[in-house]
Amino acid sequence: MATENGKQAEAESRQSQPKSKLLLSLRLAAVLATATATVVMTLNKQSTRMAVAVVGTSPILQTFTAAFQQTPAFVYFVIANAIASLYNLLVLLLRPFLKAKPHDILVHLLDEVIFALVATGAAAAASMAELGKNGNVHARWNPICDRFEAFCIRGGLALMASFAGALLLLLMNAFSTFTLHKSVLSQD
Amino acid sequence: MPSPTHPLASMIPWQISTASDSRTKMAKTSRLCSLLLRLLAAAATLCAAVVMATSRDSTTIFGLTLDAKFQYTPSFEFFVVANAVGCGYTLLVLFVPPTTSLSRLVIVFDVTVAMLLTAATAAAGAMAQVGKKGNSHAGWMPICGQVPSFCDHVTGALICAFVGVIAYFLIVLHTIYTLLSPLFP
Repeated sequence: MATENGKQAEAESRQSQPKSKLLLSLRLAAVLATATATVVMTLNKQSTRMAVAVVGTSPILQTFTAAFQQTPAFVYFVIANAIASLYNLLVLLLRPFLKAKPHDILVHLLDEVIFALVATGAAAAASMAELGKNGNVHARWNPICDRFEAFCIRGGLALMASFAGALLLLLMNAFSTFTLHKSVLSQD
Repeated sequence: MPSPTHPLASMIPWQISTASDSRTKMAKTSRLCSLLLRLLAAAATLCAAVVMATSRDSTTIFGLTLDAKFQYTPSFEFFVVANAVGCGYTLLVLFVPPTTSLSRLVIVFDVTVAMLLTAATAAAGAMAQVGKKGNSHAGWMPICGQVPSFCDHVTGALICAFVGVIAYFLIVLHTIYTLLSPLFP
């Protein structure tokens, strides 16, 4: 009987090794993706000089700046991705201390919350990016991407990184739900 | 004397125990709770979709007609479609029996639809903020002053969608609680 239980525990721990490695790699990839999105959007700033009036033959140039702080959706995007990357980094660093079952459940619940945060940040920023690229004829809002091309490209890259991070967090959530459920079933 | 695994064992009165009674009562309360939450979510998402779909206003300034409809903004179109899908899915899922393998699939789809609704609410919220406050740096004027009825409709739809999102959040929490209940002390 004792050898049977011992063999079962050994088989379980051997089985959980690739699973925990997969979760670890997903979390690391999510940290990298959300950190990239945060950094690229934070450093997203572009200034151009445009002629606003012509006096005689010389045009009067004025500097126009496009920065992420000017749009609340982008500010929320930066904050959400920053929180997500810091949280995942913290969980990665504190992994040796979070082995108990209640800690597992808490981390899983917080994972779901953080995924929702990243998803909403990406959604809001995507709607603003679409407006900036296409404008809105009916509201007489002109697109800005033709004037601030680098701003738009960098914003697009940050958005792609954030979407990738959201996908990785979704996979991580689904996988950890599956493993938690399996462990509950095996306990019965 | 019939053995405990005999088919007629369930008909013997002294086999019924009080522990299983309290378990079935808790299961019934949990099912009722889940049903109420799903009805609330269905009502809220239906309300949001309908209110946004019926939002329309137009005004004339200096002979130019400024028309505001939800179809002019892709974010609002996504909002209507997502809330309609959420409502339809919720009503469909009410007919799924609770402890089959189909209910496991329902759990996965629940989380997906919750995420869809939150994303739609976030996108529509961002667009509504620009419509209300404008963006002076991009030269975008706010439009709520000219088309107040449209803005009111959008506000109402967003509130309904938030209620729907909160209801779905509670549904997902409830599902996790019932699914992982052996783990909780």
